[in-house]
Amino acid sequence: MSEHVVSPKIYVSVFLTLMVLTVLTVIVAYFDLHRLNVIIALAIAIIKASLVVLFFMHVRWSSTLTKVFVVAGLFWLVILVSLTLSDYLTRPSWTPPLPGAQ
Amino acid sequence: MADSHVTTHYGLAHHFDNMEQQKEAGSLGMWTFLITEIMFFGGMFLAYILYRGKYGNDFAIASSHLDWKLGGINTMVLIVSSLTMAMAVYFSQKGNKKWLLTCIALTMMFGATFLVIKGFEYHDKYVTHHIPLRDFWSWTEPNGEALPGDSGHVQMFYWLYFAMTGVHALHMVVGLGIMSVIFWMAMRDRFTPTYHSPVEISGLYWHFVDIVWIFLFPLLYLLGAHLTHH
Amino acid sequence: MSTEAEVLAPRVNYLNVAYGVKSWLLTKDHKRIAILYLLTVTLFFFVGGIFAAGVRLELLTPKGDLLQSDTYNRFFTMHGIVMVFFFLIPSIPAVLGNFLIPIMVGAKDLAFPRINLLSWYIYVLGGLFTILAIVLGGVDTGWTFYAPLSTNYANGNVLLAGIGVFITGFSSILTGLNFIVTVHTMRAPGMTWFRLPLFVWSHYATSLVMILGTPVIAITVLLMALERIAHVGIFDPALGGDPVLFQHLFWFYSHPAVYIMILPAMGVISELIANMARKNIFGYKFVAFSSIAIAVFGFLVWGHHLFTSTQSIYAGMVFSILSYAVAIPSAIKVFNWTATLYRGSISYDTPMLYAFGFIGFFIIGGMTGLFLAALGLDIHMHDTYFVVAHFHYIMVGGAVMGYLGGMHFWWPKITGRMYPEGWARFGALVVFVGFNLTFFPQFLLGYMGMPRRYHAYPDHFQVLNVMSTAGASVLGVGYLIPMIYLIWSLKYGPKAPANPWGAVGLEWTTPSPPPTENFPETPVVTWDAYEFRPIEEAEVIGALGPGDEPDISGRH
Repeated sequence: MSEHVVSPKIYVSVFLTLMVLTVLTVIVAYFDLHRLNVIIALAIAIIKASLVVLFFMHVRWSSTLTKVFVVAGLFWLVILVSLTLSDYLTRPSWTPPLPGAQ
Repeated sequence: MADSHVTTHYGLAHHFDNMEQQKEAGSLGMWTFLITEIMFFGGMFLAYILYRGKYGNDFAIASSHLDWKLGGINTMVLIVSSLTMAMAVYFSQKGNKKWLLTCIALTMMFGATFLVIKGFEYHDKYVTHHIPLRDFWSWTEPNGEALPGDSGHVQMFYWLYFAMTGVHALHMVVGLGIMSVIFWMAMRDRFTPTYHSPVEISGLYWHFVDIVWIFLFPLLYLLGAHLTHH
Repeated sequence: MSTEAEVLAPRVNYLNVAYGVKSWLLTKDHKRIAILYLLTVTLFFFVGGIFAAGVRLELLTPKGDLLQSDTYNRFFTMHGIVMVFFFLIPSIPAVLGNFLIPIMVGAKDLAFPRINLLSWYIYVLGGLFTILAIVLGGVDTGWTFYAPLSTNYANGNVLLAGIGVFITGFSSILTGLNFIVTVHTMRAPGMTWFRLPLFVWSHYATSLVMILGTPVIAITVLLMALERIAHVGIFDPALGGDPVLFQHLFWFYSHPAVYIMILPAMGVISELIANMARKNIFGYKFVAFSSIAIAVFGFLVWGHHLFTSTQSIYAGMVFSILSYAVAIPSAIKVFNWTATLYRGSISYDTPMLYAFGFIGFFIIGGMTGLFLAALGLDIHMHDTYFVVAHFHYIMVGGAVMGYLGGMHFWWPKITGRMYPEGWARFGALVVFVGFNLTFFPQFLLGYMGMPRRYHAYPDHFQVLNVMSTAGASVLGVGYLIPMIYLIWSLKYGPKAPANPWGAVGLEWTTPSPPPTENFPETPVVTWDAYEFRPIEEAEVIGALGPGDEPDISGRH
């Protein structure tokens, strides 16, 4: 696999995009969009992280094996969070009445 | 037939057959390590998700008492440091020692700036007794009035804040240590256009630490931005 | 053509290439690092065994008369911590894996030799912290150190033990990292994935578990420490936290951890069965993929430790079904090993005896795991001796048997000496008898309702407990026997040829013991993993001196 030299132009455009997205995430946070706030914040963070991974960390030009490793790591985090949440989100919402209460 | 004891390339360790293999191994090794870091931070993200789900309002109130401006500046500082780090790799590929050293130094400077700003933030929390340590914690105004929000749940937010940003800051410190070693190696002309993988590999680590902060910033600092706060 | 001087001069190998403490403590040779691990792992086995002896002695009588309840708690806790983190998890990977994997893939060393050495030092450092915790009085929380006991009420050594576990986790991570990168990047030309020995496949799968799971126990220990120090309420309901979160985080690692303990043993068994039955493993690809399947599925079942902990019933059902699923790849292995034996040319040498023992014990241990995976049954059997028996069948009947079988099989390669076969078979028999006597009664005890971690029990449980303790004494003797004759063999055992078993695998083409660089030149592999051929046809690579002809003539 030959050495791949990434042009500084790409780095700078990614950098500028990251800055813009940062400003965007702050602006959006000022509006009360209830549930959407988290979703938008996470979506922007994921886009920013992907830009760093693909371009700054060269994954765009890396071997398939590297790409598999990255995806696997993230997938495992998803397992940790989702299976744990499968417990918390399915717990009964009632609390048993205290003894002596009407 | 593979001939292993003839070519001795500069920088090739004895147990590798060629530079390509060594480079691939180094890169894969660092990625494997970064995966462990994903899972390490992941445990704290899990706790955050859980308790934020339970105590969303108190978390928003608690978050509004963090300085999002400083957090935002820090986010930008780290992004710039990632740019200079990527440029450092570029110059190491080109064999440009002067600019390689400059970029590493800049990266370190931005990293140190991040830590200094973090220090100011932590100090502010210390002064206002917003550090969840047994009897030290006090969710009150300076004049003693209780602040809005359930103190216990707000405390939950703050331990998450300190744990996550604290562990992150520790990783920054380690990153600075790694960068100083890379700087030293570059100064001693250890890197050539064909051997500079330590720079790339350290870059991977640095970018990862940046990525963690990219998630920490909105999750910790921007929760309460839509509330009116101090 | 060699001069007389060359014939008479001792061949240089990794053991005699350099002498002195520094050459060992600063070595980068994976084989020497394996020996370093062997010494420390054995030491911790003894320490853990002493605590086990204390537990079993106390349980001879129904009353808590030997140890106070607090002390008893410390004994079973330290037994668990030492055995799990300092023996079972490192043993096969760090000793046999470190020694064999580079040779098996045809490389000169692991990908990162210095990180390998670092992993040993980290292990020792973590061990020192834990020994310090023991010396200062031990910990009484159980090796599972659940919150809120560990965070709010237990004595002060919890932090020390926690630090020990935290540090040692990095040793595990670095070992796994090294193995993964080595298998991906350092296989010799022609050594495709499907020509790899199954030992390598199972260690690769183990390494996946190590790197994906261990960081979570690290963060769990960290959070527990934070809770102890700062009382922030992470796991404390009074402050808004949830103790079950601790259990989720803890078991997310600790269940896959048991696969870290058993997968390497399974890899050993694959080698033992194929080589000692002189037959290609039945269904090589199935066995290879089943290792990966166990590693992956193993991450999806941790909730079966939380069935009675207020985890939601829905989640319980999901985890129960997944726990049944994870048994399937294990069963596939057992079927394939059995099919390999069919019409094989079976030798009853010690490694094979341990392999037989493994298969029998693993079947029982695995099947009883399915009992526990059923929600209804688990309500009855959770926290009873049924669970204790189940996991000891797998850990001791499985992993330790695999470890001992592997140590015997590769002993001639590692040390250049043969062990005494007669004594070894006797030792294996004693272990087999002792093990069954120790742990089978515990299934009965648990089913009858005896809880675990209690030092006193109703009188009618005594007979079975006495049997169990008697078995433990026999088992202890059974472990001492190999320790004695293996050490004896270092000086007095007959010198071993390159291939005393007539086995296949790159390690058997190197001299016994191998030279530091393993292969004078990187081998080119053109044969499948378990191709048994008449020995004259086998390609023998490596600097074999006179008297080193591979010997399959039979047993010594």
